[in-house]
Amino acid sequence: MRISGKGLVSGNRTVNFAFNGRHYMGLEGDTLASALLANGVHLLGRSFKYHRPRGILTAGSEEPNALVTIGKGAALEPNIRATQQELFEGLAAQSQNCWPSVERDLMAVNDLAAPFFGAGFYYKTFMWPRGFWEALYEPLIRRAAGLGALSGAANKDPYEKAYAFCDLLVIGSGPAGLMAALTAARAGADVILAEEDSRMGGRLLAEVEEVDGKPAHLWVAEVLAELESLDNVRLMPRTAVTGAYDHGTYSALERVSHHLPPSQSLKTAHRPRECFWRIHAGASVLASGAIERPIAFRNNDRPGIMMAGAVRSYLNRWGVSPGERVTVFGNNDDAHRTARDLLAAGVHVAAVIDSRHDAPDGEGFPVLRGAVVCDSTGRQRLESITIRSVNGEEKIQTDCLAMSGGWNPSLHLTCHLGARPLWRRDLAAFVPRADAVPGMVVAGAANGSFSTHGALTEGAAAAVTALAGLGTSATAAPPPMASDAPYRISPLWAVPGKGRAWLDFQNDVTVKDVTQAAQENFRSVEHMKRYTTLGMATDQGKSSNVAALAVLADATGRSIPETGTTTFRPPFVPTSIAAMGAGAEDQGFAPQRYLTSHQVSQDHGAQDIEVGLWYRASYFARPGETNWRQSCDREVMMVRSAVGVCDVSTLGKIDIQGKDAARLLDLVYSNTFSTLKVGRVRYGLMLREDGFVMDDGTCARLDETHYVMTTTTAAAAQVMAHLEYLTQVVRPEWDVRFASVTDHWAQFSVAGPRARDLINDLVEEDVNAESFPFMGCGAVTVKGVAGRLFRISFSGEHAYEIAVPARYGAALYRLLLERAEALGGGPYGMEALNVLRIEKGFITHAEINGTTTAFDLGMQALVSPKKSCWGKVLSEREGLMEEDRMRLVGLKPIGAVKEISAGAHLFEPDTTVERETDIGYVTSVCFSPTLGHMIGLAMVSAGPERIGETIRLVDHTRGIDALCEVVEPVFYDPEGGRARG
Amino acid sequence: MTLREGAPVADAMMELTETSPCAGLLPLRIGGWALEEVPPGALTLIAPYKGQEQALSAALEAVHGMGFPAPNRSHAAREASLIWFGRAQALLIGPPAAEDLAPLAALTDVSDGWAMVRLEGAGAEDVLARLVPLDLRPQVFEIGHSARTELKHMMASITKVEENAFQIMVFRSLARTLVHDLKRAMEAVAARG
Repeated sequence: MRISGKGLVSGNRTVNFAFNGRHYMGLEGDTLASALLANGVHLLGRSFKYHRPRGILTAGSEEPNALVTIGKGAALEPNIRATQQELFEGLAAQSQNCWPSVERDLMAVNDLAAPFFGAGFYYKTFMWPRGFWEALYEPLIRRAAGLGALSGAANKDPYEKAYAFCDLLVIGSGPAGLMAALTAARAGADVILAEEDSRMGGRLLAEVEEVDGKPAHLWVAEVLAELESLDNVRLMPRTAVTGAYDHGTYSALERVSHHLPPSQSLKTAHRPRECFWRIHAGASVLASGAIERPIAFRNNDRPGIMMAGAVRSYLNRWGVSPGERVTVFGNNDDAHRTARDLLAAGVHVAAVIDSRHDAPDGEGFPVLRGAVVCDSTGRQRLESITIRSVNGEEKIQTDCLAMSGGWNPSLHLTCHLGARPLWRRDLAAFVPRADAVPGMVVAGAANGSFSTHGALTEGAAAAVTALAGLGTSATAAPPPMASDAPYRISPLWAVPGKGRAWLDFQNDVTVKDVTQAAQENFRSVEHMKRYTTLGMATDQGKSSNVAALAVLADATGRSIPETGTTTFRPPFVPTSIAAMGAGAEDQGFAPQRYLTSHQVSQDHGAQDIEVGLWYRASYFARPGETNWRQSCDREVMMVRSAVGVCDVSTLGKIDIQGKDAARLLDLVYSNTFSTLKVGRVRYGLMLREDGFVMDDGTCARLDETHYVMTTTTAAAAQVMAHLEYLTQVVRPEWDVRFASVTDHWAQFSVAGPRARDLINDLVEEDVNAESFPFMGCGAVTVKGVAGRLFRISFSGEHAYEIAVPARYGAALYRLLLERAEALGGGPYGMEALNVLRIEKGFITHAEINGTTTAFDLGMQALVSPKKSCWGKVLSEREGLMEEDRMRLVGLKPIGAVKEISAGAHLFEPDTTVERETDIGYVTSVCFSPTLGHMIGLAMVSAGPERIGETIRLVDHTRGIDALCEVVEPVFYDPEGGRARG
Repeated sequence: MTLREGAPVADAMMELTETSPCAGLLPLRIGGWALEEVPPGALTLIAPYKGQEQALSAALEAVHGMGFPAPNRSHAAREASLIWFGRAQALLIGPPAAEDLAPLAALTDVSDGWAMVRLEGAGAEDVLARLVPLDLRPQVFEIGHSARTELKHMMASITKVEENAFQIMVFRSLARTLVHDLKRAMEAVAARG
């Protein structure tokens, strides 16, 4: 019911919206909750477990009941709190967890079965038979219980992540927060003022209150106007600070456009729904206020039973009375304000029920002292309450009960680094421990100072203290005149009696559940929480935790401080995964590295394959080729018979200079590089410190003190880091410098019997057996561009790698393909490259898999006996050179089954196939078009000694059981004449 | 004939055309910001040899008019700049490094190894705040300040070159991702209006 003349919303601007398909009208500035209450809608949803009808309990982010789903299709968003959702034209919201409708929910049958659904119900009921939990029980329970559901489709709405920095972060914009921000801003500090509400002012917008001799909201407006006029202040409304982390880092969730209709224009199409902020602050002031707590009594969850402070918010801020005949139930003076405000607005207040015998007199309304509410009626909306006093029980007709069990300071952030709060008996509440978070000062209601005057004064002082920690002196802004009403409370947690009295509305946990947990010896608060699921819903028990542990304390005969609290963890409010992972969807998941040849390759039919972050050509599909194998086989034969071109720029290239360059290479490689002649290249092996092989590659000596090292694509960064380690930590005295030049050079392999013809066609120098012998290198001029030529081969063919600065990469590649095609060749991709190297028995990281040694790979000769190297000592450990270690061999099929598969395991032909009889595994396989059958590389126990023997290959995954012959790992041209010639 | 690697010998012989790292991707104008590719000229990584730091700085001063920059700082002279590029490294941008420096430092030509862009416009730091975890507020990250940091998932070099203007560098192969990420950030900030 809207009260004319009340509230801070604009009475002239109406907004149309729909709820559960029905159309309503609200006012600009309304939340969905205030607009629904104004329209007399109290039933918003069904509860989690029992499908009880539920309405609006609060007016803030702590709301446990009024969760709705907004949006359609993929953009559908569940679990939006109606108390935070601002109204916009065309807003359409739906109730959750009900079918077919919120008024007639068939699952409400659960409520009748309630006696079976108490604490620990799942654990006791669904234990047997084993295996039924996952298959049957869990899916059923998940269907019956729950909150909103996701659409199941990929949501394309934009989300965002961002960083922010400031001297002082002020969390909350109530009286304490505003004074803190004002004080710091006037001192010249860089201030961020974050407020989770859409409008700044905190409780000053919700109370009938005078500050500085004027209505509080006008004072708020003046302060905000001053803050807005200052360059050093950033106001962040709709931004909930969700976590406190080390070193002054805070996380925050900004609802950027939830309050706006879906974007219609191109400009706003990229407007994020939410932004996940990481704010780094020199210091912070926590002025997050307090959350009012309900009182547990039988049937205290009916729509129409609300927090007393929320009733005042709806009345004073939004001009809405949630009822026409209101009752108030409380244990503190604050609750009486609700009755006063309602009465002043012309709403009938039937009674104030105060559990205290010394409650103050009513001002125009009856006060029942020493009385409690013990029950309620009304299925979809509150109809009556039952009052118990010394005179017995009495029923009162009422459509709204405003309850207040007192206030809990919102101290959650102060516990995020592990601190526990302190119990204050006089407030019957926990308050934050000082210095719980380094650099954070707590002020106002969050610190247990519940009066407006107290909050204003503490807020200003907190900013002075916080800034002093940064070495900035500030003068506290003088606190304006405001009320300093004392907070008088006498604890009341639960009204004794039969029936279910709710503590946690969102997870449907009652007083009985908590006492039962205690009876079953779940006495620790953490055990009770997990046994009953109290505080484990999306509201994290903001309204219920303290009352629940008071009930637990009572049930276990301990004090509240002895019982302690559960742990508050980030985030303070539910944070969508979309916001936390913003930017990582689609292309944003990982950076993409492209070769200079990429476009030209695509034009030649290349299919991309991801190699780490790189996108390389897998194979080049020619017209008529329908299968990758056709392309791959053709490319292999092309290289073996004519010439092929492959972009190998992804290999790590490290430029190494300095007078100790050779010494560094002798240390890092197992073989010797100081003896390498200028203008020559050598293959080298690197060991890890533990003696296993780390990486392999070639290294060229350009002059006495200048080398260029090549790493595998996969290990480029690892090798770079390894060199940093060796030069910074192990040999800091050496004079050697190195730099990554991977991206500077576009480098292409030119391989095949016609390779030299092709190269001579492009470079000015005469490339022949003398100028560029096998493993030679040198400078060349490529069509006028200074480049490098290396005569190295990974295919076993006569081959070169030609390098030019990357700006010429695309042009050179185009030219290479053109000339290659004229010679009967063309491009080849990763698949063909892999076949070529397996045919030659060259290893990759399939073989250098972290468990193999140089000995295992048949490369012990590359570990120089004449010098030491990194990893050498540990490579000589006992057991690392035993004959029966798994060692590299080749495999070829000899039985009826001609298949070999990577990852298959190997056995003696006449043993059983068991873990114990496993003697090896296959590392690499391919179909060799050169040989006409499949071939593979494998690590086999005592492999070299089994050459010529038959071995059984079993791949359970692919269903292969085949006989193979163990052969030498080099299948093709074992003498190497083709590469050297 | 000795050639500086990468330098064209004579125009008449040129058959290889150049492609810049951000070819086809830039320029972009979104909101109040412009994102443009910076033609780098030459890029030379300069890493002083043991004990040569001071001599190198003096030689740099003499030849290029700028001393070796302190960590997280850069120098700018006419058509040249010298930015700190990591531990004991600086990057000379613009002219090729003078041969006189060779005995004092390892000189590595990385002219083609980096994509270099310039983001300009009032509040450019708000765009970068979506991607870079550094405090880039004008009073903290001043003109001439430079950092090796991350830009989303990439390692980058970021230098404040003028008021409201940042120079951003990532590996050449990452140019497409750089433009993709910056464009997204620019669009998101612009859309807030």
